[in-house]
Amino acid sequence: MHFLVRYGLMIVIAFLFFGLILLISGEDPIQSYRDIFTSTLGSSYGFSEVVVAMSPMLLTALAVALPSRLGLINVGVEGQLYMGACFSTWGALAFSNSPSWILLPLMIVLGMIGGALWAFIPGYLRALGLVNETITTLLLNSVAPMIVSFFVFGFWHSPMDTNKTPNFSPSARLPKFFDTRIDLSLVIGLALLVLFWFLMRYTRWGLEMRAIGGNPLAARRNGIPVKTYLIAVMCIGGAIAGLAGMTQVSGYYGVLLVNFSRGIGYMGFLISWLAGGSPLGILLTSFVISIIFSGGNLLQLTRDLPYAVINVLLAFTLFVVLARPSFLINRKEA
Amino acid sequence: MTLLSVLGVLSSAIFSGTSLLYTTLGEIIDQRSGIVNLGLEGVMLVSASSGFAVTAITDNPYLGVLVSILAGALMNMILGFLVISRRANQLASGLALMFFGFGLSAWIGRSYVGAKINGLPRISLPGLSNLPVLYSSLFNFDLLIYLVIPAAILVWWLLFHTRWGLGLRAVGENADTAYASGRNPLRIRYQALFVGGLLVGLGAAHLSIAYTMNWTEYMTAGRGFIAVALVIFSKWNPLRAIVGALLFSGAVAFQLLLQSSGIQISPFLLDTIPYILTILVLIAWGGTPKHSAPASLGRVYQGTE
Repeated sequence: MHFLVRYGLMIVIAFLFFGLILLISGEDPIQSYRDIFTSTLGSSYGFSEVVVAMSPMLLTALAVALPSRLGLINVGVEGQLYMGACFSTWGALAFSNSPSWILLPLMIVLGMIGGALWAFIPGYLRALGLVNETITTLLLNSVAPMIVSFFVFGFWHSPMDTNKTPNFSPSARLPKFFDTRIDLSLVIGLALLVLFWFLMRYTRWGLEMRAIGGNPLAARRNGIPVKTYLIAVMCIGGAIAGLAGMTQVSGYYGVLLVNFSRGIGYMGFLISWLAGGSPLGILLTSFVISIIFSGGNLLQLTRDLPYAVINVLLAFTLFVVLARPSFLINRKEA
Repeated sequence: MTLLSVLGVLSSAIFSGTSLLYTTLGEIIDQRSGIVNLGLEGVMLVSASSGFAVTAITDNPYLGVLVSILAGALMNMILGFLVISRRANQLASGLALMFFGFGLSAWIGRSYVGAKINGLPRISLPGLSNLPVLYSSLFNFDLLIYLVIPAAILVWWLLFHTRWGLGLRAVGENADTAYASGRNPLRIRYQALFVGGLLVGLGAAHLSIAYTMNWTEYMTAGRGFIAVALVIFSKWNPLRAIVGALLFSGAVAFQLLLQSSGIQISPFLLDTIPYILTILVLIAWGGTPKHSAPASLGRVYQGTE
């Protein structure tokens, strides 16, 4: 409970900072905040939109949290997400006449393969001890959107627009629930979080992964195949990121748009880090960040601010949490 | 393909390489003191937008450059507060800084999208003025381009031939030892981030005030991340960074040449060449046994209390 109070206070501090900036640029902060809250938690539709924004973040955060148990720093979720979206879009366009019970699983598998392939490169190079995975994942993040652009502009674009594919056929769309935009990705995300918790806690794999994360040398001396783990776990992380990309194109957008992501891959890294890699923490942190995100959408419409401005509020929240103001911390903990 | 188009490509490679080199130099100073700044993208955006805005208002590009530089240093101070004073994780703080930069720069620049400015004046080299205008105009560079190689040499001299540089590198290798020998790791890291921020600001200023001469949201398009890669590529050495930036902008030039020569390859695939080349070079160098990374890069200095 103390934990919740502390984080609540940190968020209040962040909102005060942001309010100051709103005030300076001539907006009414109180009215803006009222807009944010009524548009998110104030109605069942608003709440559903928060959940919609949260669903992909669960996956992108998990794509960071899993490799981090081995001490791998996967900053490449953004790129893996794009590759997943790219591969599954190929499936959606090539087999658009197939019924949904064939097409959707196919797209999911393709998306996971795309992300896993993109993560295999840094994982393999790291396992061989050639290049640190942080830097390769960052570089590959810049490459992936270009590959998506190559396919969309070159081959897949719709007759009307050059920067996106035609709308997917209904059988290539993830099913939605309760007349809202919430789709199957929420269920997938929650199920994977539970699976992650179970695997880490109750299986040999989880134990061995923690051993490698703690002391790779000792783990190897004990006969744990460290290299295999490094490559496999990095690929699984990439596959989860690719899955997030698949759910974005198949569920949220229904088309593949060039540059669709708006940084949700990087956001996954921040969420996983703030949550300390714990499944419950990922759920809570994603929820709070989604409130800010979908509230910002409305701020853009009603206050005539650029969409990117919501990143400032988000960053203030992150700054305050990262800085852990000393008057909010137990002396014993510090 | 004519000589003119080759020269044109070379000229634009020099323009795009300049901001990259300044940014890389800034990150080298940060990292030599033991701090990874992943927020470069955001720092550059805020510098570029504020410098552009000031240039548009005052019509004085030099004032714009000055504001850019200061904005870069200030942005780095935010990172400094988080990772030095509050001992936060460097990667997460850097990414938070990046998001901050995305938002703040969009806010600063919103009234200046599409604005026209008089960029940094071009100064022609004395020997080139006899050439036909068509050619000489390609090699009229601005002051920041002429200064970039000297800046790299200056940073090299600062790091390797001054007491300040020695202290900075000592902190980057082992902050406890540096403390024991009478240095203040916290202050040195703040200084490193400040100076590094000045250089990143200079790179951003060149991008928006001299090269593109306009402002669009997210105009840096990944340059900050390329700079982080170039730091490793150059093994944390400012002189090697010159080679790295040249190679990278050479790859950009090569790609432009291919396009102008009419070879039918998608520009999007050509855009990937510099990144893939960087990865390949890193792989080639990864095989060499000697690592030159500062030993305590990315670690939190816990202090002595």
